[in-house]
Amino acid sequence: MTEYIKLIDLTKCTGCRACQVACKNWNDLPAESTGFTGSLQNPADLSYNTWCLIRFDEIQNGSGMNWIMRHDACMHCEWPACVKACPSPGALVRTDTGAVVHDPNYCIGCKACTAACPFDIPRYSAEQEKIAKCTLCYDRITDGRKPACVTACPTGCLTFGSKAEMLSKADARAAEVQGVVYPRNPKYRTNVLYIMPRAIDVAQLQHTNPNPKMPTTILWWKNLFKPFTLIGMGAVAGAAMLHYMVRGPHEPHGPEKKEGGE
Amino acid sequence: MTNHWNDIQHADVIMILGSNAAENHPISFKYVNLAREKRGAKLINVDPRFTRTSATADKYARLRSGTDIAFIGGMINYALQQGRIQKDYVVNYTNAAFLVNPDFKGPADLDGVFSGLNGNKYDKATWSYQLDENGVPKKDTTLQDPNCVFQLLKRHYARYDMETVCKITGGDSKEYEEIYDLYTSTCSPEKSGTIMYAMGTTQHTYGSQNVRAFAVLQLLLGNIGVAGGGINALRGESNVQGSTDHAALFHILPGYLQAPKASQQTYQKYLEDNTPKNSDPKSVNWWGNYPKYATSLLKAWWRDVDPEKSYDYIGKYDDDVNYSTIPIIEQMASGKIKGLFCWGQNPAVGCPSTRLVRRALAKLDWLVAIDLWETETAAFWQPEAGVDPASIKTEVFLLPAAASMEKEGSISNSGRWAQWRWKATEPPGDARDDLYIMSELVHRVKHLYEKESGVFPEPILSLSWDYAKAGMDPSAHHPDPREVAKEINGFFLKDVVINGTAYKAGQMVPSFALLQADGSTCSGCWIYCNSVTDTENRLMRRDNSDPTGLGFYHNWAWCWPVNRRIIYNRASVDLNGKPWAKDKPVIWWDGLKKTWLGDVPDGGGAPGAVHPFIMVNHGHGQLFSPGMTDGPFPEHYEPLESQVPNLLSKQQESPVIARYDKAVQEKVCDPMLVEGAAACVFGSPDKDRFPIYCTTYRVTEHWQAGQMTRWLPWLGELVPHMFVEMSEELAKEKQIRNGEVVRITSIRNQEGILAHAMVTPRFKPFTVNGQTLHQVGMLWHFGYKGRVTGAIANDLTPLVGDANTMIPEYKAFLVNIEKVRR
Repeated sequence: MTEYIKLIDLTKCTGCRACQVACKNWNDLPAESTGFTGSLQNPADLSYNTWCLIRFDEIQNGSGMNWIMRHDACMHCEWPACVKACPSPGALVRTDTGAVVHDPNYCIGCKACTAACPFDIPRYSAEQEKIAKCTLCYDRITDGRKPACVTACPTGCLTFGSKAEMLSKADARAAEVQGVVYPRNPKYRTNVLYIMPRAIDVAQLQHTNPNPKMPTTILWWKNLFKPFTLIGMGAVAGAAMLHYMVRGPHEPHGPEKKEGGE
Repeated sequence: MTNHWNDIQHADVIMILGSNAAENHPISFKYVNLAREKRGAKLINVDPRFTRTSATADKYARLRSGTDIAFIGGMINYALQQGRIQKDYVVNYTNAAFLVNPDFKGPADLDGVFSGLNGNKYDKATWSYQLDENGVPKKDTTLQDPNCVFQLLKRHYARYDMETVCKITGGDSKEYEEIYDLYTSTCSPEKSGTIMYAMGTTQHTYGSQNVRAFAVLQLLLGNIGVAGGGINALRGESNVQGSTDHAALFHILPGYLQAPKASQQTYQKYLEDNTPKNSDPKSVNWWGNYPKYATSLLKAWWRDVDPEKSYDYIGKYDDDVNYSTIPIIEQMASGKIKGLFCWGQNPAVGCPSTRLVRRALAKLDWLVAIDLWETETAAFWQPEAGVDPASIKTEVFLLPAAASMEKEGSISNSGRWAQWRWKATEPPGDARDDLYIMSELVHRVKHLYEKESGVFPEPILSLSWDYAKAGMDPSAHHPDPREVAKEINGFFLKDVVINGTAYKAGQMVPSFALLQADGSTCSGCWIYCNSVTDTENRLMRRDNSDPTGLGFYHNWAWCWPVNRRIIYNRASVDLNGKPWAKDKPVIWWDGLKKTWLGDVPDGGGAPGAVHPFIMVNHGHGQLFSPGMTDGPFPEHYEPLESQVPNLLSKQQESPVIARYDKAVQEKVCDPMLVEGAAACVFGSPDKDRFPIYCTTYRVTEHWQAGQMTRWLPWLGELVPHMFVEMSEELAKEKQIRNGEVVRITSIRNQEGILAHAMVTPRFKPFTVNGQTLHQVGMLWHFGYKGRVTGAIANDLTPLVGDANTMIPEYKAFLVNIEKVRR
């Protein structure tokens, strides 16, 4: 199976939000009842029913003005913290396409992934007692199609292709616009990449993480405590076995005296 | 559009003004981005506010709403002063060299007006050319004669110096200079620049002149007829081009033929008035064929009636009366119009002064609304509209309509491509498509006339209507849109021989060059002649091969006229037939085969044999345009409602704009109309009560008057509320916080409307003539029906229109804003 990358070229986004609607359309997600948010960004945040959101940031640099519209959805990490954190096998899986998908049948609603994700992507529904997020349209890409958001994008901002092709495309485009590729971190790779415009630093944008990494707590827990716990559990079981072999089965105590009996 | 959406990719510089294309024409940005990526093109955006288009532009500058002519006039002046013009193009292809009547005087001489002003009308006698003995305009190809168009133009725009321009627009001279320099760099024959515009340009009392200013600039730079050039009106609806081609306007018949006037009582007189004569052998003067097209149209409508007679069947409009939107409202309000068909329109939200519109609707005897959902117009009598239903006498019929994917037919896009669309699914419930509704109406009215007769029954009884002759049976077969396409193209009515070729009755006419004035052909819309042949409906073609590599796709659908993809393409080559731009040739002359290659060329003959602008009388692009109502050169005036005096002349607003306030107050004395017309705030005490400029616009997420999008959950989720955008400075002054509810009032609506404040640094106050002016902007999508609802912005707009077209001035008027204290 090919590994894919979705490339988001922020120099080309016009904030039309076709991707946001296409996502709801393909994934059959209901509209939220929204209020006035004070900007065009609506709904205000990602949610169980909103997996993709255009975020609008008005940034004044000196006398100049930048208005950045950013397609925000799951980054599909190569080494996903959500998968690492998830205690229920099969509820969150990184597939060999690069897509990190969730399966509601196995989700136990523990919210471990929501705390672990460096990009704050998975969202919990108290009503459903499950999480949901962008799947990179796993059901489309394994059928030879592009994700719904990419197909809907009219301006060429969203593109999708094989990992090798998109990595070189990203580098070439970043050089052309004198911007940077984000997150292009050898220690933290994702299957979604952004071309950031020259004038903008990623830290100036809402809901971004300039230095994404696997949370240390997860590493401690999963790599250290979890083995220790397992060792501990094994040790308890082993000790019990040893006890059994050495001391034999537990003998029942003598007949209990019944107080006030005969 | 003179060019096509996909032709934008060939531009070297793209200028978007009077449009928020990124927002309202998102697909256009596919081609804008292609031009930038493939050609290194630069994008300029000029707008009163910082929009989604501005956000992606390479150069952005501001101008106060309604000052486009000052901005473009400044650029024309810059081009002329710096010699940034395509000289050969200007001399040979435009009327720059024409000598004008020495009695012509312009605003430079007459302080803001042109010669011939009489009351609120121009006598255009002096707006004429000096003619030689053959009736051909005299020329000075050195462009030195003080009466030649070029010198007059230079003199006219010399007044638009940078300092004056910036004083008027409130823009920054450094930014303007950079933009002027960049855009006029397309004067090089190798380069082209395109102008993308929309309603921000047209919805002013001088909207037509705004477009004219673009035309003058583009002609000087040699940007018309070439790939990546043109003047590109981004049309607001997917088939609005088709609707104007087929005359959904009061003043034209299909194919842009003129609607007959009361003074043209005979067909002879009508043809004489509309058929221009020209004795210049190089001038194609295409409208010289007018009688062929008009006769073929009459024969399409009344096949068995002599055109002399069937001409009497068409209504004639009073010469001095206009029947566009504003006068329709006025005539409904004054009780002259008794019934209204509202077909896919929502005037209760979309027209100017909508409070007046809704009250005018209540004066109708009957109203038929045909739409996908119940619109505000169909529901003007309901409590949500703020009225007591018991007080409304109008009988309202709501006919559910089929949406575009639920019916078969064609649409014509902005680039004039007529494309067939097949039905994807059946309409829900009792919804019917427009063709069915229209055909049923015709049959039933005919039936009534047959049964009961009536006054002047002939036009109805003898109307040729072969579609679905079902009589009174509504379940009978449906009219076939493919048959309609044949009638639009036209066919021979009898066997004829033309230039040695025999054509049989019933055969499709192969091209409009073969339409006849003797009644032997019919054609429902002459510009579409050539779209359907005896063997194929070309609208259905889907061959996406592109041999020229320029994106013409000649075998994809069909484009009027005669499948020509870029009009005036004759101007894309020099007098020897060589393309100005070698890397994007539209047409070129093959000297060996003696033929043109590339796109379908405009006009026949060898290079240099004919003038390129075949649709205008003298064959030259018009820097000087005597046909306009309000002046042959675009001149800056202030919007009708303005806070500042006209800094260019003593003429405050255009002297000939269509306005009702005075006439209404003097004659009609209807308080309702007076309210709608109350405008002209400048110079009155009301100026201080309504100090803020306001403009209206759309967002990507909603569609026009909202009747198609406010019902859709996913779109309602994105923009659920009516809002008004304003600067941080104004918000501070008025103590308004972002998101708070504010009341906006105008002289026409002092109770005002409510909206959420969107306080943003994308709006900035203007400094004009030393005065600080605030501007706010509102959406006009909302109304009281649908899943998401909100106040109607047009409850505030003035009832005043452009002098040429009567398009309402939605884009610049005065309001006040206050915080709603709860």
